[in-house]
Amino acid sequence: MTRRNSVFYWMTIPAVLLFFLFHTFPALQGVYYSFTNWNGYGHSYDFIGLKNYFYLFQDGNVWNSYWFTFKFSIVTMILINVISLLIALGLNARIKSRNFFRAVYFLPNILSVLIVGYIFNYLFSNVFPIWGANLGSETLAGNILGSGKLAWIGVTLVAVWQGIAFNTILYLSGLQTIPTDIYEASNLDGASRWQEFWRITFPMIAPFFTINMVLAMKNSLMVFDLIVALTNGGPGRATQSISHLIYTGGFQGGEFAYQSANSVIYFIVIALISIVQIRFLQRRETEMS
Amino acid sequence: MRSRRINWTVTILVALGTLFILFPLYMAITISLKNQEDMLGSVFGLPTHWRFENYAEAIKMTNFFQALGNSAFVTIATAVLTLLTNSLVSYAIARNMDRKFFKGLYFYFISAMFIPFPIIMLPIVKLTSGLGMTNLVGLTILHTVYGLAFNVFVYVGYIRSIPTALEEAAKVDGASTWGTFWRIIFPLMMPINATVGILICLSTYNDFLLPLIIISDQDKYTLPLVQYIFQGQFNTEFNLAFASYLLAMLPMILVYVFAQKWIINGVTQGAVK
Repeated sequence: MTRRNSVFYWMTIPAVLLFFLFHTFPALQGVYYSFTNWNGYGHSYDFIGLKNYFYLFQDGNVWNSYWFTFKFSIVTMILINVISLLIALGLNARIKSRNFFRAVYFLPNILSVLIVGYIFNYLFSNVFPIWGANLGSETLAGNILGSGKLAWIGVTLVAVWQGIAFNTILYLSGLQTIPTDIYEASNLDGASRWQEFWRITFPMIAPFFTINMVLAMKNSLMVFDLIVALTNGGPGRATQSISHLIYTGGFQGGEFAYQSANSVIYFIVIALISIVQIRFLQRRETEMS
Repeated sequence: MRSRRINWTVTILVALGTLFILFPLYMAITISLKNQEDMLGSVFGLPTHWRFENYAEAIKMTNFFQALGNSAFVTIATAVLTLLTNSLVSYAIARNMDRKFFKGLYFYFISAMFIPFPIIMLPIVKLTSGLGMTNLVGLTILHTVYGLAFNVFVYVGYIRSIPTALEEAAKVDGASTWGTFWRIIFPLMMPINATVGILICLSTYNDFLLPLIIISDQDKYTLPLVQYIFQGQFNTEFNLAFASYLLAMLPMILVYVFAQKWIINGVTQGAVK
């Protein structure tokens, strides 16, 4: 019996060691360096306690990156969920060649975020302004990625274009779990389509709504590739996301320790949001059912 | 009343919606086939002369086949290694959840899902260069190890739904734990292996950040990294740039065309679990 038990330990121990070495250990190192003033390449550094954290709270670039990331994430999450739910309802109706349409709507999900960003980068500078000019709008006749005020909208649009693919498929699989006889009963009671959606469809897919909101929010908060491809954080720092700031400051700006402190704060923020979001949405789920 | 007839209004709306998805791809394909004169002419039109040489030039310029080989190596190696190791680890955890050590491991792995990559990003560069892992093998190992957080979560849920009766029968027949896993349990895990394999292939093939920070040697660039590095060199030659983008996406698109149902099911299963 003891031999059999030890086999299970041997199955996990190599993985645990590797995971500790490449994940937990660097994360702890990140926390450790956040209390120092190391620039990332010098030979010596000093402990400076919580100074990095104090500086973070006074740093305009940090506040700016959190503001952009949250504005972007919340708008992206809402748009993705509304649009993908509409598309999923359409795909779930009695339409022709459903599998073909489903495959087309899912296509963006398999494409590289970076390359999609580069394609849209071209469209924003060379194609969309033509339409903007036709509409007679001076703002839209230019490249909105070059505008400090509007660039974040451009980034959001691309994130939504690609993000709806995944959420649509998830909503569709949720809709397909609803037995059709429920609708037949509600038809007899004379419920309108609107009432039918809010009273039957939406409560039935509430668990999918929870997953979709949490995943869309988490992915948006991590945005990096898209920023690199579309704006590189610009113009100025108008579209600099948190992870982009940590990357550029940490690797190119000699702020290794300082950005480590930033990433610790970032970790705490993400963990708190995930927990709050899951708690809140799960309570809604149980209230509705 | 709901009828069995096809709802044409919704069909037309759904079809119109696909234009939003397909338009950027239409633009990418037509531009990649245009010559310099066409580029200056109509933006939306088809090329007057289909210039396939753009692809030949892009292949030469970016050393496409080398990058394709690198991406293929990392993607396939990560998928195989992940399926063989992560499933085994998850099996040991799933069958011993009543013991503190394994239950602790389960939460140790899945709690890592909440840790954003940037906190690891800065130190991991030092670590991998110290260990001589700034190459494709290093990239494969990192992808496999980082996958554990999510994969253990998905696998353990699935393995716990497999009844233990078969294993107990094998035990009575004198089979070892290893033998039982590989001959009985692993084959039963094929549906979930497909899900994990598909998700790993997608995320590894399209990953940009990890190669960006780990790989410095030009011979070892993966496809997304090549597009990033060549941005400056494409300059205003958008037709070459677009040919290069499409070449980089083509392998995944081809796989998608043939295995579309599998991929969609796999991705859905991964999220719902």
